[in-house]
Amino acid sequence: MTERPFARRLAAGLVPAVPYLWLGVFFLVPFLIVLKISLSDPAVAQPPYKPVFDWSDIAGFFSGLDLENFELLTQDDLYFRATLSSVRIAAISTALLLLVGFPIAYGMARAPERYRSLLVALVILPFWTSFLIRIYAWVAILKPEGLLTQALTGLGLISEPLDILNTETAVFIGIVYAYLPFMVLPLYATLEKMDDTLLEAALDLGSPPWRSFWTITVPLAMPGIIAGSLLCFIPAVGEFVIPDLLGGSETLMIGRQLWSEFFSNRDWPLASAVAILLLIILVVPIVIYRDVEARRLEARP
Amino acid sequence: MNRRLSLFNVTSLVIGFAFLYLPILLLVIYSFNASRLVTVWGGFSTQWYGALFRNQALMEAAWVTLRIALLSATLATVLGTLAALALTRYGRFPGRTLFTGMVYAPMVMPEVITGLSLLLFFVAIDLDRGFWTITLAHTTLTMCFVTVVVQSRLMTFDRSLEEAAMDLGAPPLRTFFSVTLPLIAPSIVAGFLLAFTLSMDDLVIASFNAGPGATTLPIKIYSQVRLGLSPEVNAASTILIGIVTLGVISATLLSKRSVLRKAH
Repeated sequence: MTERPFARRLAAGLVPAVPYLWLGVFFLVPFLIVLKISLSDPAVAQPPYKPVFDWSDIAGFFSGLDLENFELLTQDDLYFRATLSSVRIAAISTALLLLVGFPIAYGMARAPERYRSLLVALVILPFWTSFLIRIYAWVAILKPEGLLTQALTGLGLISEPLDILNTETAVFIGIVYAYLPFMVLPLYATLEKMDDTLLEAALDLGSPPWRSFWTITVPLAMPGIIAGSLLCFIPAVGEFVIPDLLGGSETLMIGRQLWSEFFSNRDWPLASAVAILLLIILVVPIVIYRDVEARRLEARP
Repeated sequence: MNRRLSLFNVTSLVIGFAFLYLPILLLVIYSFNASRLVTVWGGFSTQWYGALFRNQALMEAAWVTLRIALLSATLATVLGTLAALALTRYGRFPGRTLFTGMVYAPMVMPEVITGLSLLLFFVAIDLDRGFWTITLAHTTLTMCFVTVVVQSRLMTFDRSLEEAAMDLGAPPLRTFFSVTLPLIAPSIVAGFLLAFTLSMDDLVIASFNAGPGATTLPIKIYSQVRLGLSPEVNAASTILIGIVTLGVISATLLSKRSVLRKAH
């Protein structure tokens, strides 16, 4: 009889323990390893860094660590420019996403109720199809003799081929296209719950529509605006595929830099240092995002 | 209360959805192009589909990708469901803050960081890069998405059903399998599908963790795209889009039918 409650308690304890352990081993520990390797020296070997950990030599372990890679990051202004440019590109893209996403989410929230779940499904569907394929589709559209040039010359709007591919404009288009569902869905979720009587009351009291929009709709949609913006901004800063396929060689982004340090230069310690740098940039937005999400989930009735 | 669609609302919906769907539509149309030039229409043809199925390397990569996606999505569904239960049914257990942090961080973490850190971990524990390292990496990333999907369902459903079963003397495990699980089943299926497509789709994490023995379809497509557009990639993409569309539509219909059956 004493066995069963124990077995039951054990089973109950396993529910949080198993995923906890999994994330600890495959998320937290790898992270500490990145930190450690970013502090070690590169070596021409396989793997290409000096192992710096040895249980028998703890003192040697600590003396082997240095900030050399980080000094390199501060000396070469390439990384500084890449950081600035990533944040700038992600910020502009997020602003564009808000501009494009808000009217769509607003239209969805105003649509008759029976169409709304269909509209939500239509926004989600492209997200299910491959990210890589969706970016690839834009290469054919944006290239100089591509479909956009063909369409615009056909309409007689331009006479010279447009050269958008391999520019920053193409990167903006790619990010807005790929991340649009992430912006529209949180916005829609807040706009749909909005109480229309507030707008009607404002109208009755003589407020012009644009003023009601700024003083009622926007403040009420703020949780969605914050969640959507973070959900787009954070991954966009570290984006690799979009700048690599649509951007030119002058489009500097930190995710791309990490990729080339790792794959082309095979400098794993420096790649790790770049990863830590990227993380430091993102730590504040990630913490805010986590709080916003946790509060949103826990506040539900 | 009447909500009316203004002209502005309709226009923004039409333009928005055209923007979302036109590129995919063009890709599908041009996969039936007879010309080798991807952007010049040369008549209807299905020749690239034939060429695709004769491309041994691409087919092999597709098979590896499918196996990894099935296995990692299954593991992620189990782990994610457990994590969702832990977050909704266990109150404040020790280390809960760290746990929620570890669940939310991988979802927004740039893929280059996740890919690099897992690779360095696998090198440190001396695990050969290949099928298993990609599977473990995908499981870790996708279980977080499953957690959020299942968690939001667990939070909205009526707890009194569980309490009633317990009051009638059902042990916790039995309550879980005969009351909770059937109620959250649609969200578990949705979580599995999400994990599956995320794994099928991933380029960055797979590139870091792939070995000589295992190349996935996105890695193959990416290396072909870097060499230039190819009609074969269009054909492969169209098939993938078709599979995903069918999957999403059937999942929607399935969950609709189960809702209807319950209503009767």
